[in-house]
Amino acid sequence: MADAVGVRPEAIKAVPVRHPGRWVAAVVVLAIAVYILYTIGTAIGNDRTGLGPHTGWLVVEKFLFNGLIFRGILLTLELTALAMLVGVVLGAILAVMRLSPNPVMSWVSWLYIWFFRGTPVLVQIFFWFNINLVLKSIDIGIPFTSLWLHGNTNKLIPPFMAALLGLGLNEAAYMAEIVRAGIISVEHGQTEAAQALGMDRGLVMRRIVLPQAMRVIIPPTGNETISMLKTTSLAFGAGVTELFTRQQQIATATYDVLELLIVASIWYLVMTSILTVGQYYIERHFGRGATRQLPPTPLQRFRRMLFTFHAGPPAPPELVPAGPAVPGSEHR
Amino acid sequence: MPMVKAEAVHKNFGRLEVLRGIDLEVNPRDVMCMIGPSGSGKSTFLRCINHLEKIDAGRLSVDGELVGYRQRGDRIYELPDAEVCKKRAEIGMVFQHFNLFPHMTVLENLAEAPVRVKRESRAVAADRARRLLERVGLAEKVDAYPRQLSGGQQQRVAIARALAMQPKLMLFDEPTSALDPELVGEVLDVMRALAEDGMTMIVVTHEIGFAREVGDTLVFMDGGVIVEAGKPRDVLANPQQERTRSFLSKVL
Repeated sequence: MADAVGVRPEAIKAVPVRHPGRWVAAVVVLAIAVYILYTIGTAIGNDRTGLGPHTGWLVVEKFLFNGLIFRGILLTLELTALAMLVGVVLGAILAVMRLSPNPVMSWVSWLYIWFFRGTPVLVQIFFWFNINLVLKSIDIGIPFTSLWLHGNTNKLIPPFMAALLGLGLNEAAYMAEIVRAGIISVEHGQTEAAQALGMDRGLVMRRIVLPQAMRVIIPPTGNETISMLKTTSLAFGAGVTELFTRQQQIATATYDVLELLIVASIWYLVMTSILTVGQYYIERHFGRGATRQLPPTPLQRFRRMLFTFHAGPPAPPELVPAGPAVPGSEHR
Repeated sequence: MPMVKAEAVHKNFGRLEVLRGIDLEVNPRDVMCMIGPSGSGKSTFLRCINHLEKIDAGRLSVDGELVGYRQRGDRIYELPDAEVCKKRAEIGMVFQHFNLFPHMTVLENLAEAPVRVKRESRAVAADRARRLLERVGLAEKVDAYPRQLSGGQQQRVAIARALAMQPKLMLFDEPTSALDPELVGEVLDVMRALAEDGMTMIVVTHEIGFAREVGDTLVFMDGGVIVEAGKPRDVLANPQQERTRSFLSKVL
């Protein structure tokens, strides 16, 4: 037997340990979940109008693809995108200011974050919505010259703008902290290596530090975007006709309060689900170089799963073909 | 004119005096190796040469110009950032932990600074990058990411990255200290070839063998001062100072 180099002994086939506790727990949890869903589902389905059974679900179906709801969805998406844009851009600036060697910059940034993170978004939206009560016009220009722009506050800050300012400026405070955490997560040796090559501060930040910080910045930013999508419903307070306001308008007319809340919930869920998938791919893109191999896309994972189900017992390691098993999973 | 000239260079971090008067000269095409116990100030001195650290007293010049300062009459002026960057671009540096840019491929690591700092065209930079990679024996790794390489390969890429800027001086900060023993040789081979091509090099190292074979001068530092300097063979075979002797007896 000593000369049998490379002969592989038979793979171990052991009787697996049974876990009866797991089965009991699973059945109990499922039973509770089914009971709750059934109770609420039938309650909504109950006839309250005398027009026939399952009216509630028919109402949901009727308004799910309603034109007003669609316009609300569009406005929700618009508000989310713009507020996040304001948040990310301003947040990045605030983060760089916070880390600046100039004490005034860092102090102003700290103050901004302290204020906007410390007051509720709804208060901020209401603040911008009502700013015209005290500030009748907004003037921007260069002192001691005639280059001044004059604007009426009422026209400059319509409800949509009030909501955008409230959401975006608040978001910037959170994004600033996220970006700052990302920047300081990049090893100092990276900055030194870049400096040793003659790169200046801006170049080091843009080309070396920020791209690596992205790996740390993206996941919480995805969370922020998903959170923002839902927080836009607070624009209801400023009378912006986004999804929540729209369903509320229809509900007050038809009294199908719960049904329309379900309609809105379905659409919020659809949108957040799409964002979750998008986030996965963006994270994958910025993960380049962080691991030896990119994580597979869900599609690749699915194909690989089918592949392994069909394959027999695992081959000895030296027989597995080198490199990625699925085409297209190499680095870009 | 010496490539590097240090006169009474002092450096302190707060109360701690790290360099307490360093005097030395490195001539063009020479290889100077620096050895000494950790905390002796070797790395700090190296980092002062490209102004990653600011010196507090004395004079330090590269190729006849002060590092990080300009002298007019009796007055010393700090150099603006842009000029410090320009000076650094002429000095290559290799770090103990390689510090390759992990989000870029090997080729991008090499081409980044020539394109962004020296404003070379992408084609010219990529062309030189390929030739340098061939020189360090990694021609087939152009499109790999740093994490896909072994430590020795990463350090060879890091050397090629520094050379891509066509420096007149190369600084090596313990380039083999973070490597597995069997990978040290490939990095030292690249450095030896570089020395034979006439590159001016300052090497902080623990590789006594390399210092003996490749170095033109050997400097032993301890406690922020140069204890002993001379031809590597003389210093190693016949150390004059007690501190040198006790250090060498521990590492040899």
